[in-house]
Amino acid sequence: MGRYLIRRLLQTVVILLVISAITFFLFWATPANPALLICGKDCNTETVAQVNATYGFDDPLIVQYGTYMQGLLSPGGRTIGSEGSERECPWPCFGESYQNGIPVWDSISDAFPATLWLATGAAVLWLFFGVMLGLIAALRKGKLIDKLSVGIALFGVSFPTIVFGYLLLFLFIVKLQWIPFPDTANAALFTVGPVKWLQFYILPWITLALVFAALYTRLTRANMIDTMNEDYIRTARAKGLSERTVVFKHGLRSALTPIVTIFGLDLGGLLGGAVITEQIFSITGLGKLAIDSVLGNDLPAIMGVVLFAAIFVVVANIVVDVLYAFIDPRVRLS
Amino acid sequence: MTESVATAATPARETGRPFLELKDLQVHFPTDDGLVKAVNGLSFTLERGKTLGIVGESGSGKSVSSLAIMGLHKGSRAKVGGEIWLDGAELVSMSVAEIRRLRGQQVAMIFQDPLSAMHPFYRVGDQLTEAYLVHNSVSKAVAKRRAIDLLDRVGIPAPNKRFDDYPHQFSGGMRQRAMIAMALMCDPALLIADEPTTALDVTVQAQILDLMMDLQKEFNSAIVIITHDLGVVAQMTQDVVVMYGGRVVEQGNVRDIFYRPEMPYTWGLLGSIPRVNRGGDHRLKSIRGTPPSLINLPKGCPFQPRCDYQEHVEGHSCVSELPELLQVDTGGHRVRCHIDHLQRERLFTEQIKPSL
Amino acid sequence: MTLGVTEAQSPEGGLPADHLAETAEAKQIEGRSLGQIAWARLKKDKIAIASAIIILLIIAVAVFAPLIVKLNGFPPDQFNKTNADGSPLLNTRDGGIPIGGLWGSGTSSEHWLGVEPQNGRDVFSRLVYGTRVSLLVALGGTIIAIVIGTVVGMVSGYFRGWVDTLLSRLMDIMLSFPSLLFVMALTPVIADRGQDLFGIPDDNKLRMGVLMFVLGFFGWAYLARIVRGQTLSLREREFVEAARSLGAGPGYVIFRQILPNLLPTLLVYTTLLIPSYITAEAALSFLGVGIKEPTSSWGRMIADASDWIESNPLYLFFPGLALFITVLAFNLLGDSVRDALDPRAGRG
Repeated sequence: MGRYLIRRLLQTVVILLVISAITFFLFWATPANPALLICGKDCNTETVAQVNATYGFDDPLIVQYGTYMQGLLSPGGRTIGSEGSERECPWPCFGESYQNGIPVWDSISDAFPATLWLATGAAVLWLFFGVMLGLIAALRKGKLIDKLSVGIALFGVSFPTIVFGYLLLFLFIVKLQWIPFPDTANAALFTVGPVKWLQFYILPWITLALVFAALYTRLTRANMIDTMNEDYIRTARAKGLSERTVVFKHGLRSALTPIVTIFGLDLGGLLGGAVITEQIFSITGLGKLAIDSVLGNDLPAIMGVVLFAAIFVVVANIVVDVLYAFIDPRVRLS
Repeated sequence: MTESVATAATPARETGRPFLELKDLQVHFPTDDGLVKAVNGLSFTLERGKTLGIVGESGSGKSVSSLAIMGLHKGSRAKVGGEIWLDGAELVSMSVAEIRRLRGQQVAMIFQDPLSAMHPFYRVGDQLTEAYLVHNSVSKAVAKRRAIDLLDRVGIPAPNKRFDDYPHQFSGGMRQRAMIAMALMCDPALLIADEPTTALDVTVQAQILDLMMDLQKEFNSAIVIITHDLGVVAQMTQDVVVMYGGRVVEQGNVRDIFYRPEMPYTWGLLGSIPRVNRGGDHRLKSIRGTPPSLINLPKGCPFQPRCDYQEHVEGHSCVSELPELLQVDTGGHRVRCHIDHLQRERLFTEQIKPSL
Repeated sequence: MTLGVTEAQSPEGGLPADHLAETAEAKQIEGRSLGQIAWARLKKDKIAIASAIIILLIIAVAVFAPLIVKLNGFPPDQFNKTNADGSPLLNTRDGGIPIGGLWGSGTSSEHWLGVEPQNGRDVFSRLVYGTRVSLLVALGGTIIAIVIGTVVGMVSGYFRGWVDTLLSRLMDIMLSFPSLLFVMALTPVIADRGQDLFGIPDDNKLRMGVLMFVLGFFGWAYLARIVRGQTLSLREREFVEAARSLGAGPGYVIFRQILPNLLPTLLVYTTLLIPSYITAEAALSFLGVGIKEPTSSWGRMIADASDWIESNPLYLFFPGLALFITVLAFNLLGDSVRDALDPRAGRG
């Protein structure tokens, strides 16, 4: 187990390095002249040269990548700027925004809590409803409630987030006016109190959770039906165990194992930003930061968010693997 | 676990029925493509301390029948008809709650492929004690002692260590032994073994069969053994039922089936057993053709499309008419075949026997 | 005692319970191939038929978009200021909201689904043309993902060894990318680059190409993993062994023997990818990184309409409905296809 963990951790580090390199070269290599993006309309030969010197754009790409990684890996961070205008960029240094000069890490850490609330709240919703509905459907296979659940799930999967989000927004905010228009100030639980906070997040949660809940319903149902056809379920019945024990102890344990994996990866993916939901409900999370940076050609910010999100996905992967090893003895002991 | 007396027939209490009696068992599965008639009219009796073999190709309905005895079709789409009497109680009409009390306790089952029949996530020991704890109000410690004792009895070394292992840590033979131990936890009066040795290699196979016979003597249980291996049948059983296409085509005691078989399908089965003492010019015979569709069973004899002896029947009754399962001579030997009894005897002695 | 099953028809994956196996065996003995069984099942499936008809209609709309738009006479990019009788179409004093129509959407006998606020472009025409963008991008992306995924998966599973190790790690890495973020960030960058490097103008033809490429490029890894697994088991099967022992080369085995057996998987995956790419294209255009003005895209329309959600909700409703119906139809059909091809489905 210990060796497995170490091997897995090493793999993770390698994958992260590879991703950082790919990301860096993709984004840094692509724009023809980043300096032009920074100085904008006032560009002339002199200012371009100055910007190039400040940001090190004259250096070979590999050197630029080394500098970038130094900011992420060295505990002291790195310095930005040419002689005379040097400034400290403490660890973890993702560089500075081209648009407003703010350290990218500051923007990320400001935006992260909103995304965290959004993703975890939605995760609770979809996990609860998805698994419950899927389980009921599987146990009543072919009955009305099963067909209903399957239908709802299919509907949910087919509801594009942009359509469903605006539908909720229109219904509950515009038409019924049960909930006020989203105000970013209400994203902070501890300053505005739970009522406003809930009002702010409830529709985004439902919006984000719908597709996942639908997917989890189908997944749980399919897994449970497969599991209940397994030989060991027949063995459990042949022992004279009650149906409750058969379903919950023998069936559910196996059926939910793959869901743990998928849940970890889904949540990990969302922690990097739920772009569309954040855009619809004006939540200033990582997703909104990402899209604003993309639209503003703000390369350091884009790079920062993408890398930050990739870290979550990769870490989620390893967490899930370790968790899986604890759940499934066949993995744990081999 | 006292040395019980291996007396034969212990007649059921009130009714005077045999210990286990199947009467015209039918199991049908409705599917999208039509009604699958998996078992059509299976009847046999079995006393305690005795072993009955059910033989046939896959798809002949043997496993489905055994699941019906366990009541494991209840709650599924399967339609079960006929009667199953066990120790004076009728199982087909029994509710799930009632039959659940018998499962594991009075009737236990040894499944084929123990790797898939044991839960991969739970310890072998816990899977053994589970049934014991449900049917007996004892402490976990008592159940554990019992499980370790049985693991020891079925020949698993260091049973108190192995108790904590998971199924995938056992070898195939050990898993099958553990499976048998699991079935024996509650001293079942009836043990159903579904291809108990198919997944095992030959030496382990022999050990497992010996073990089952020893345990039968000790517990005086009745055993139904389901197999396609006639070697197992010859070694283990007193009575044999040969099934084909969901129907009994021949049944009788083990000597009837091996020395006086009268149904061409049984001849085919016997011809496909490899024998060491057979002469070099004899080739192993397989039965030509494929098993019948259980949805569209042939109108006449189910074996007719594959039967090489139908010219011995006058007219087209093999195609048009289902032969009845008729008694031959006196004993319990019954055969389902249109060919005349004397003709069958002659065919067997003249054509079949020499090449066996 | 053989079963009447040839390799090509034998279902993937074991049949779990023995009694199921017995009935299933009985089924195959009838000798229909999986494809025939699936087709027979699909024809009986009312939902499959209905969704197939809807999809055909949607495709027809996309193909015949210019003809359909002639019906109402408003090209999708035309700014309309007045009705046929000369009365104003938009309320210029009120930010350009359409005058009249259902819920202030400007619906009329001329503009069946109303007009865009401010510009007065015909919503029906834009919706019809948006169908083209949606389907083209989704189809292109799907083809790219399926081709890459199938080739990589088959090569990885067939050759094993270091090739497999390398490609499997590549799949792992691709799956570790936060793909929506990447697609979102890369699309404008690549479109931009296309302009710089090749002198291709950053118009919507290029954008559509980039979208297809980026969606396909970030979508193949999962399929490759599935294909790899199936190839690994297929290459061990007797009919492949036999072909190889007779001297068949890898090309022959991969394309003539393994690929045909992967077709059900690929078909199912295609029907799942198309709707997800339709959604993705809409999402990217909605975010402003996909299709740009003046080409119409459902996602773009939704983004525009979100500004008018209070005064003109119908403008938001129509593209939303179009998107929903399209995705639903594809998903329903995909589900039916998957069920029809599942050897275990409906067997007792």
